[in-house]
Amino acid sequence: MIRLTALRAVVVGLALVALVACESTNTEQPGAVNAEPATPGSERDFIVNVGDRVFFLTDTATLTDAARETLRRQAAWLKLYPNVRIQVEGHADERGTREYNIALSARRGNTTKAFLVSQGINPARVDTISYGKERPVALCDAESCWSQNRRSVTLLTSGAQS
Amino acid sequence: MRSMSTQLGGAGKALLATLVLAVSLVLAGPYKAYALIEIDITRGNVEPLPVAVADFLGGDDRERQFATDIVGVITNNLARSGLFKPIAREAFIERITDFNAQPRFGDWRIINAQALVTGRVSLQSDGRIKAEFRLWDVLSQQQMTGFQFFTTPRNWRRIGHLISDAIYERLTGESGYFDSRVVFIEESGPKDQRIKRLVMMDQDGANFRRLTNGENLVLTPRFNPRAQEIAYMSYAGGQARVYIYNIETGQRQIVGDFPGMTFAPRFSPDGRQVIMSLQQGGNANIYTMDLQTRRTQRLTNTPAIDTSPSYAPDSSMVTFTSDRSGNQQIYVMSSDGSNQRRISFGEGRYSTPVWSPRGDLIAFTKLSRGKFLIGVMRPDGSGERILTEGYHNEGPTWAPNGRVLIFFRESRGERGGPNLFSVDLTGYNERQIQTPNFASDPAWSPLMN
Repeated sequence: MIRLTALRAVVVGLALVALVACESTNTEQPGAVNAEPATPGSERDFIVNVGDRVFFLTDTATLTDAARETLRRQAAWLKLYPNVRIQVEGHADERGTREYNIALSARRGNTTKAFLVSQGINPARVDTISYGKERPVALCDAESCWSQNRRSVTLLTSGAQS
Repeated sequence: MRSMSTQLGGAGKALLATLVLAVSLVLAGPYKAYALIEIDITRGNVEPLPVAVADFLGGDDRERQFATDIVGVITNNLARSGLFKPIAREAFIERITDFNAQPRFGDWRIINAQALVTGRVSLQSDGRIKAEFRLWDVLSQQQMTGFQFFTTPRNWRRIGHLISDAIYERLTGESGYFDSRVVFIEESGPKDQRIKRLVMMDQDGANFRRLTNGENLVLTPRFNPRAQEIAYMSYAGGQARVYIYNIETGQRQIVGDFPGMTFAPRFSPDGRQVIMSLQQGGNANIYTMDLQTRRTQRLTNTPAIDTSPSYAPDSSMVTFTSDRSGNQQIYVMSSDGSNQRRISFGEGRYSTPVWSPRGDLIAFTKLSRGKFLIGVMRPDGSGERILTEGYHNEGPTWAPNGRVLIFFRESRGERGGPNLFSVDLTGYNERQIQTPNFASDPAWSPLMN
């Protein structure tokens, strides 16, 4: 069962990479196109086999069904590795004003954290930070990029396998 | 006879007061209220007034160099205001040789000058510069105003700005805005790894100075109207918090000890409080903190994003953005948090409200039909007027006299980035402000004198 889910995550990951055509670099998913298996419990394992990010619709912080699915996988993975601490980064696209976007991205990070906690993750393991529109990953001036930037990303800050 | 002197600031401006001292000149002859030239700056698209800034006199090479440089500052200021059209000096017929003699007005009338500025620079035995100027009405052949200023040589540009402000004030009836500075964020590097630095420059772009080294992400700087301080947001130490930067010492200090992210700071008009947002879970609420007592006060308490607070100049009210209605709109409240009410009702979303230093208007960013517009409305929400629109305009800030705004405009795409622009309250005279790199989040200082 775990295997199946993991396989699907890889497919989703690959599909995402294909979607982000205008993205110049893709440092966030280094293992996604690498055939070598990731060490269980490592950052790459988390990114490739679980998915480190979820996406939001314009000016909302509501978790989509796909986002919930990803966060359930994240919670399951985090339960396997209880020493891992995480930071949830909230982000917004560039089509908003700076201060409002900082708050909007905070709301996204907060929603993400709350969902993980609802799945049994100890809130003490979860930090949040909000970047507003300051850290885009996709750079074109079209919805195809903005939709990639409206995201929250779960970073493993400590306790992961190297 | 009429005499004027420039007001010097209180304790917080002690340093500035020692830099520049302005003393009135005794005016030539009895001063009568003839119908002198006057510019109505409340109308847009006004025909710029032809003005001749004659070469200022100087005794030796050094004095003449200061004279030339000061004239350059004045000419540049007047031209950029859009209200004046400085006449090229090649067209001048009379060469002023005596500062105290009447100009040959006929010579200036022939080249269509309506106003004439003359001046003289001399170095004092104590090392300071003395600069004198007179503003003449060419048609009525009268002196309109005149001042003399003293300063240390390294502050010579401020003399140019003070003279510009005196000319502006005399010809428009409004106070000037040239002796002021702008703080903003300099942006460099690729769009997904932007390096942001706090920088400051004079309103004309001179004295460009980087205040932070780019190590930490910094955003939204704003001047303390009463002290040499800038409030801004920094991600130093991996936490997003409001800080205060001391311009004189270079020291920075976190504002308060809040349990979450603080952002969107602005000073109160008396400089004693910072008003800002505190992130509390999914909501942002507006707080004030007294910088002396460290006491905090919560002004809003809604399950919404309340941010971008800005005081009215008399401190009685605060305007801010909230999405409590479902999307971002502009609200006003009493400065104790009571009487919160929405004032924006047009089509679109509204944010970044900033109260004019005159108190009569609130400038804002409006998002409508995929565009970002800069506009103004009265504090009761009436009289909405759009000054500029396009792909992305954001973050207006007011000139000290409430007649000009600076905002930033982002260009599209991967290599796109923000630049600063100024525009008159009338919507005319839009100009890019030259900066070495991309620039965003401008904040205009009050007048320095």
